[in-house]
Amino acid sequence: MAEKNIPMREALRAALREEMLRDERVFVMGEEVGAWDGTHKVTRGFLDEFGERRVRDTPISEMAIVGAAVGAAMAGLRPVAEIMTINFAFLAFDALINHAAKVRYMFDGQFKVPMVVRAATGWGNQATATHSHTPEPIFAHFPGMYLGCPSTPADAKGMLKAAIRDDNPVLFTEVIALYPKPGLVPDDPDFVLPIGKGDIKRAGKDVTIVTYGRGVEWSLDAAEILAREGISCEVVDVRWLRPLDLPLIFESFKKTNRCVVVEESLPFYSFGSEIAAQLQEHMFDYMDAPIKRVSAMDVPLPYAKEIELMALPDAHKVVAAVKEII
Amino acid sequence: MSDLTKTLTRAELIEVYHQMVLIRRFEEKCKELYNARKIGGVYLHLYNGQEATGVGAIKALKPTDHVITAYRDHGIAIAKGADVKRVMAEMFGKRTGVSGGKGGSMHIADVSVRMWGGYAIVGGHLPLAAGIALKSKYNEDGEVVLCFVGDGATNNGYFHEALNLSAVWDLPVVWLIENNLYGMGTPVSVASGQPELHKRAIAYGMKDFGRVDGMDFFAVYEVAQQAVEYARAHGPALVESITYRYEGHGVSDRIYMKRVEEMQRFQQRDPLIVMENKLREMFPDIEPELAKVEPAVAAIIEEAVRFAEESPVPTAEDLTRHVYA
Ligand SMILES: Cc1ncc(C[n+]2csc(CCOP(=O)(O)OP(=O)(O)O)c2C)c(N)n1
Ligand SMILES: [Mg+2]
Repeated sequence: MAEKNIPMREALRAALREEMLRDERVFVMGEEVGAWDGTHKVTRGFLDEFGERRVRDTPISEMAIVGAAVGAAMAGLRPVAEIMTINFAFLAFDALINHAAKVRYMFDGQFKVPMVVRAATGWGNQATATHSHTPEPIFAHFPGMYLGCPSTPADAKGMLKAAIRDDNPVLFTEVIALYPKPGLVPDDPDFVLPIGKGDIKRAGKDVTIVTYGRGVEWSLDAAEILAREGISCEVVDVRWLRPLDLPLIFESFKKTNRCVVVEESLPFYSFGSEIAAQLQEHMFDYMDAPIKRVSAMDVPLPYAKEIELMALPDAHKVVAAVKEII
Repeated sequence: MSDLTKTLTRAELIEVYHQMVLIRRFEEKCKELYNARKIGGVYLHLYNGQEATGVGAIKALKPTDHVITAYRDHGIAIAKGADVKRVMAEMFGKRTGVSGGKGGSMHIADVSVRMWGGYAIVGGHLPLAAGIALKSKYNEDGEVVLCFVGDGATNNGYFHEALNLSAVWDLPVVWLIENNLYGMGTPVSVASGQPELHKRAIAYGMKDFGRVDGMDFFAVYEVAQQAVEYARAHGPALVESITYRYEGHGVSDRIYMKRVEEMQRFQQRDPLIVMENKLREMFPDIEPELAKVEPAVAAIIEEAVRFAEESPVPTAEDLTRHVYA
């Protein structure tokens, strides 16, 4: 099948649109998804194409948006709710954690929750402390809900389609900085990437870099720089924080015996902590060096650009971490 | 005009007008500097068009009373008496800014004038307002909290919980809904089952001060005075001010570009023009005093920009300071 070079926002839009065409039960709701065309333009033109029944502008009511999505999903619809940015998902935390992730188990399988909550994530451009979260690990803490975060337009399409078709609740986070970045995306309306399947974004033999989302870009840039110095990095994009593709990580680690974990988020109780713990529990015999973590600094993000940048990870910090264990 | 508004002296009224012009020109300057990339960030929410609401309501307070608002906060901070130079320095992300350059446009606080800040999570500051009012109730100090609330913010849980709490505890707080007809691109009629937002007060058993013309300083001031004194004596009060923001919510706001007629309708009743006309009516010989306002304001803004530009940026030490007390 043919491929198109399109930005991630268009890949997401294609996935969503195709799934709405494919399944009548799929609909979108959220703040500014209709008349405004979506804050991030992922639902551009949807109101005209699908009408108000299936493209529902909501009040600024995150708790109700997610809670109603859970109920609608329990009752047989397949809502794709948009939370403008992940920062506002904290207002819907209870609906996500205590309901979306629990009702199936709690009522012994009587219900399922085929719901997707899409939320833009990531910091940058001085958005400041309350508007700069990348809190995927917190949401991935709880069993019962999946969490995916794509790093390329093709992954975005295939992963979002998988999320919509799956019968489990999925929190799907989309890195704001990646929305405009282009990549080749298959036209195939059945291009679905399986949930929980990670991807080797660059093969290598000296160090495994485990990452997701925006971390993939920094890791690939770092791998390029390191390659010039004769250091070969394998970049593992887990794509899904839950379910996590541990076999893929382990396979890579057995080869390299070294690992750096790269994430956009905070260091405490983090993605990096989890990967490091898993490796030392299961791969201790293969370990030749301490696991290194690259993350944001353990501070809320400030407004002033000079100090905001100090707090954030980038390719150079990844390069430095790799060099420490090589 | 009622007797209440006559209690303001000529000098005070000129000062009020000066403040409204100052806020307008400050916001215009911010827009210019943002477009020139001297002010950074992805967010710049301007207060143009809403000056009469902010200045009118704050004028009804005593200096010891409190103000808190959302992210559209520059004008409100200035109206409460924050130093214009330091507000501008915050816009630049400088160390001398009111929030040390760490808060930016959406987070302007100046505790020295009891401006408790702008808050960027919609509705998030409402329970804080209730808590600050609880302090006054607890200590019986007679202070009042004036909490600005966007029309869009009336639809999340924070609103409901904060208003109800203020009612059951009889807290000295005035909830001032700034109904500028939209939350981002969503009209109030689409977002609120009851679009007459002041009526929410009834549901909480709270005193409803109704709707006021938010483009008219005198109208806002008069109702705000009643509401503030009611809150001081009895408990929470709610006021809805009908106003308009002249700028888009943000740069991607295409809907706002389409609202030409509506905008013109409000701009004909621009708060500055309404105020000037009333002043001329009240004091036929006021022209020379009015004429001095723009140059005085221009000088203040120029000085503020210079101060901001010349101020130092925060350091690595600032990055880790104040995470904890
Ligand atoms: C909890 C939350 N949801 C969404 C947003 C995004 N957002 C920022 S401002 C805004 C509109 C708020 O409208 P309104 O309360 O009417 O205030 P106005 O901008 O008109 O002053 C939205 C949806 C947010 N900041 N916080
Ligand atoms: Mg509004």
